[in-house]
Amino acid sequence: MSELGELYQEVILDHNKSPRNFRRIEDANRTARGNNPLCGDQLTLYVKLENDVIKEIGFQGSGCAISKASASLMTTSVEGKTPAEAEALFEKVHKMLTGEVDPKASQNELGKLSVLGGVCNFPVRVKCASLSWHTLRAALKGEGETSTE
Amino acid sequence: MKAAQEIAAQKKNRPLFDVERLRADFPILRQRVHGKPLVYLDNAATTQKPQAVLDAVNRYYTTENSNVHRGIHFLSEQATADYEEARSKVRHFINASNEREIIFVRGTTEGINLVAQSYGRSFLKKGDQIIISAIEHHSNIVPWQILCEQVGAVLRVIPINHDGELVLEEYKRLLNERTKFVSVGHVSNALGTVNPVKEIVALAHRHGAPVLIDGAQAVPHMKVDVQDLDCDFYAFSGHKLFAPTGIGVLYGKSNRLEAMPPYQGGGDMISLVTFEKTHYNVLPYKFEAGTPHVEGVVGLGAAIDYIENIGLDAVSAHEQKLLAYATQALAEIRGLRIIGTAKEKAGVVSFVLEGIHAHDVGTVLDREGIAIRAGHHCAMPVMQRFGVPATARASFALYNKSEEIDFLVKGVHKVMEVLG
Repeated sequence: MSELGELYQEVILDHNKSPRNFRRIEDANRTARGNNPLCGDQLTLYVKLENDVIKEIGFQGSGCAISKASASLMTTSVEGKTPAEAEALFEKVHKMLTGEVDPKASQNELGKLSVLGGVCNFPVRVKCASLSWHTLRAALKGEGETSTE
Repeated sequence: MKAAQEIAAQKKNRPLFDVERLRADFPILRQRVHGKPLVYLDNAATTQKPQAVLDAVNRYYTTENSNVHRGIHFLSEQATADYEEARSKVRHFINASNEREIIFVRGTTEGINLVAQSYGRSFLKKGDQIIISAIEHHSNIVPWQILCEQVGAVLRVIPINHDGELVLEEYKRLLNERTKFVSVGHVSNALGTVNPVKEIVALAHRHGAPVLIDGAQAVPHMKVDVQDLDCDFYAFSGHKLFAPTGIGVLYGKSNRLEAMPPYQGGGDMISLVTFEKTHYNVLPYKFEAGTPHVEGVVGLGAAIDYIENIGLDAVSAHEQKLLAYATQALAEIRGLRIIGTAKEKAGVVSFVLEGIHAHDVGTVLDREGIAIRAGHHCAMPVMQRFGVPATARASFALYNKSEEIDFLVKGVHKVMEVLG
């Protein structure tokens, strides 16, 4: 597959067109806004944390296919996890995005998140893919705003 | 004049404007990107440099490098002469009445900040109004916001219509006795709109308000005459005019500049320093503290020679043809919407594709060797006005050709195929 084909895989295009958990959560007790000033991506993340578990998570905003698909995939993978587990997952995802680990090698651990592995060939797009994760970290830490710049 | 040029061109048996011959002057254009020929359509961000500019900078460092205005040795005399000769070229290029009115700065941004801080903090006070427009680059918004916070002035914004043109009737309504400054762009970087700056200046002057024109996007594409415009200040950047980065020009009417305090203190801007009192140097040196960007100034001089040799009228005509061709070709693509449809435009086409974010457009085009800008173009209020988060923007320079627009159109089809 070409690098472009690997970046814009079917799964990513699907999550871009029909993002999962694309909604505001009214009784969220953790929210944060994420901005990527480079391209103007903006998202707001809503988290309902109960007994140290991410019970519900949703997001709204606008952005490129990579940022939107990554946010969608992120919400589906951290639901039911503790903040510490989510943070550990982010570290693995980040290593995959920056090309530190081979996406194929981490496929078992990362599951469907490994479709974002193609991003490592497009360094300027790493920020797009990691925006939602940085925003999740800010939300869980109780910081209202984050930026990938 | 034009007829004489045509005769000269015919005598030499070559067309008046030969884009292939011009392209050969720009070594970077021979490059391949991702295995494809480079199609550089990001000229509103920065332009490429002709060999003549690269040579001038190289020659300066190889044979003249030294500090200016202070050496009593051969090299310094040479460097100073070149530095001042470039100032004279700039003066003629924009038809200022005197070299004293040409101040070298880092770029348009620094020029605007200089005026906001030096003029603004001296002459504006609480309740005064500053008028800008809804189409400005952030560099012509933020310096005025900072000034407003410092002195308690109020920012007023001329709105734009759906084509991306300033609504002059609204501007007239905004002008009043409290208007103490007007700052507008000559050409919009995000949409390409050419603003009626001469009329804007005349209207402001009727209320006694000085006017700054942000000319960053105008000088590479059209003849600018600051005396004809009658503007009080005019700022532009070298790097958008085929010169190096880090050099720009602030033109100011001498009576305005004389009345303003220095922007920065340091060497070169003084005539006498004691611990009790410092006497400032005369114009333009009062505003050029520290060792200047000599290589940049030399490069800017060479760039002006280069562009004047081609002739801005010919450049302008060529770019208008490209603009018309690109506008028509892109408008035919289903699902593509052009943002910015002003009657008077420079070589900029900003567009959005239905359901596809500009950043993804940029990535796919890049893999086709095509460089465009994708984003908010440092003009977030313009994006908000049109209700889009970002646009893709193709912007032209004298070395672009219609075949490159064909590549762009093909590239856009590829974008829709990959992301469709």
